[in-house]
Amino acid sequence: MGVRARMQELSPEVRKTGFDEVERGLAIHQALAEASRCLFCHDAPCVAGCPAGVDVPGFIRRLKTRNFVGAARLMREANVFAGVCARVCPAEELCEKRCSSTNLSEPIAIAALQRFVADEEMKRGIKLPGPGAPTGKKVAVIGSGPAGLACAHELARLGHAVTVYEAEERPGGLLVHGIPRYRLPLAVAEAEVGAVLESSGVEVKTGVRVGRDVAAAEIRRSHDAVFLSPGLGYQSSLGVRGEDLPGVLQAGEFLRKVAAGDDVRLAGKVVVIGGGNVAMDAACAALRCGASEVVVLYRRSHDEMPAWKREYEFAAAEGVKFEFLTTPVRFVEDGGRLTGVECVRTRLGEPDSSGRRRPEMIPGSEHIIEVPTAIVATGQAPWPGLVELFGGLAAGKAGAIEVCRETQMTSVEGVFAGGDAANGGATVVQAVAEGKRAAKAIDAYLRRVCK
Amino acid sequence: MADLSIEFCGVKFPNPFTLAAAPPTDSAEMVARAFEAGWGGAILKTTSVETEVVELVYPMMAGLDYEDKKLVGLENIDLISERHIDEVEKDVKALKKEYPDRVVGASIMGAKKEDWQELVRRLEAAGVDLIECSFSCPHGMPERGMGSTIGQDPELTERTARWVKEAAKRVPVIIKLTPQIADITAAARAVKRSGADGVCAINTLKSLIGIDLDTFVPYPNVGGYSTFGGYSGPAIKPVALRCVAEIAKAVDIPIAAVGGISTWRDAVEFLLAGATNIQLCTAVMRHGFRIIEDLIDGLDVYLEEKGMSSVRELVGRSLPYIVEHSQLSRKHKVVATINHETCVKDDLCYIACRDGGHQAIELDSNRLPRVDENKCKGCGMCATVCPVYECIQLKPKVGAM
Repeated sequence: MGVRARMQELSPEVRKTGFDEVERGLAIHQALAEASRCLFCHDAPCVAGCPAGVDVPGFIRRLKTRNFVGAARLMREANVFAGVCARVCPAEELCEKRCSSTNLSEPIAIAALQRFVADEEMKRGIKLPGPGAPTGKKVAVIGSGPAGLACAHELARLGHAVTVYEAEERPGGLLVHGIPRYRLPLAVAEAEVGAVLESSGVEVKTGVRVGRDVAAAEIRRSHDAVFLSPGLGYQSSLGVRGEDLPGVLQAGEFLRKVAAGDDVRLAGKVVVIGGGNVAMDAACAALRCGASEVVVLYRRSHDEMPAWKREYEFAAAEGVKFEFLTTPVRFVEDGGRLTGVECVRTRLGEPDSSGRRRPEMIPGSEHIIEVPTAIVATGQAPWPGLVELFGGLAAGKAGAIEVCRETQMTSVEGVFAGGDAANGGATVVQAVAEGKRAAKAIDAYLRRVCK
Repeated sequence: MADLSIEFCGVKFPNPFTLAAAPPTDSAEMVARAFEAGWGGAILKTTSVETEVVELVYPMMAGLDYEDKKLVGLENIDLISERHIDEVEKDVKALKKEYPDRVVGASIMGAKKEDWQELVRRLEAAGVDLIECSFSCPHGMPERGMGSTIGQDPELTERTARWVKEAAKRVPVIIKLTPQIADITAAARAVKRSGADGVCAINTLKSLIGIDLDTFVPYPNVGGYSTFGGYSGPAIKPVALRCVAEIAKAVDIPIAAVGGISTWRDAVEFLLAGATNIQLCTAVMRHGFRIIEDLIDGLDVYLEEKGMSSVRELVGRSLPYIVEHSQLSRKHKVVATINHETCVKDDLCYIACRDGGHQAIELDSNRLPRVDENKCKGCGMCATVCPVYECIQLKPKVGAM
């Protein structure tokens, strides 16, 4: 068995100075050699590891025979955002984790191969299946992130007329407004979003916020079904004094500006509060925006961090520092400006409802970290107003919309939901899977109920 | 989608991909699954008359691994089907009923004229689309006067093919040839003279795949003994491709290609070399009937990229470029060029040139290989050994054009 192919990537020293994509893809000979490592298992476990159900051995076989067009077509059949997912999927936890080659040497670099196929396709222009024969049924999709667009595309294939409502001026949701450019170049996100919209012929109303610019009742009245995929737009409060000071930034908003290419400049030391993937993104983005030093504060220890291992390692390699078992208690001000974060040390007590050990503050351990900027990345939730707008949807503890796992239908008949707003925050590929699943369920619903 | 259909010996195939007469076609159930997957045709595993009792031995398969690659070649000491002609007749009827648009062929083998002719009559009556005669199995059968014993003798080939053709009233007959003959075109000409409709090239090569260094018993080890077998798989592709091209250049006869075809790319090469029908076995035995998906898809995409609307446009397109050695230009001069940016300094080109070429590569003080253009003949050996992608290329020699 040959050695697993590795993409060239920018060194931490180089990459942290700008927003250029860090991973540079595989050269053709690397991709062909890697493809020839694939065992082509019959009931391939990698396929079951992909939420979108990409036929991994199928596309790798096509790649191996240099049928790049066929490889892309097969990939897109299951995942219209295949190029995006190839970059942002935690493949080592999904398809690659189950790869049979792991037991021989190392798993096949599935994500890198998928990216190779998608990059080759980008050069020719992305081709996606077009709309099906019109059924006369109308569906509204709220939010144009990966869940919404995957759902819209699938619904269009099934012949339904889809209108997508997007509050932002540009469609794409998290793909264009959240994921840092050094992971996902805007050109890739826009190419795939554009291909989905163009091929499906769905109508997109950008700059339209439901509840502000159009009434939810109006949307329900004028459509046979609704799919909600608004994502997580609501920053949950830390409940710490001084949170509204000008130097205290919300990670979601900060990353949105950075992703939009706004001229966001930071100076001096920056503290990032939180231990998830968003905190890692915010920390790395802060470095790129000029921070001289970035310290991540996390109230539990390294082992409890919700951030993926590779995200943590990525940030650590760029010199991001970590203060574990530390939690903020107050933002310190001087003349209306943030000057520091007062923190206390914590220790881990009994497990809480999430099964993780609850941090307990250690009295007398108060100390101030002097910073002009702090970024709060302690978790986001769906916008709470949404559940009322659509007739009192049942929502879970963290505000996530409750749905049936098989159909993505909410507690309100004809209203479906998916993506981060329904799963509380997961991967892009999970959002795609939920969007597709919802589309099939909506199709079944429309054929059954709306005759 | 391009038109992938072909007409071979008057039989219409929805696509050229056909299962060769071999283990994958030894039952209607297997062939039905292959047809469901998309195969255009299948030649049922070779059958004979009941006087020819078939007793198989096990194990019957042994693979050749080369360095880290599994199964570059496969040897088998399998024989023809153990299944009675009565059963094969039933399979033909069932398959033709269920899959009227697919081609169901039958492979036959006999010891005497009556056997051959009886097999043809029965299978024709059962509704088979094509009869393939094995004159070419290199192991087991020749010691009984069958298989490649016939194919290695153009006279026997012509006589036997004539018997078969005599009995076949409606169904076309093709003869499967052995590469183990001094001149395969002589065998193809014999088939042409017999009036049979086409040839299939090639059957396996007679081989001894390897020997166990501890027991001294070759593989596959059947109770302490082994025997010569039939060699197939990617390793024999160049031999098969040569045979197809030789026949296509010399004899005006439809050719079904078989021998080491694994991918649509291989298939295109055989079409370019003059074959119309494409048969596979070893690749199917390794990866299953599902490989048809990429065979069809890849061929379709290729045709589209080449601006061709039909697979028929490919047939024989490379033949004008194959000439006698004496006709090759002596004025064509090339020289090896080495990309020092990508060179990993493994010295492989240096040693290959020094001990197998023209001592035209020297290592400089940084251990970078440098080509002496006055000594380099442009043989190309250095490029074949270099492990780095596109590092060594042959370029026209300056001043030689």
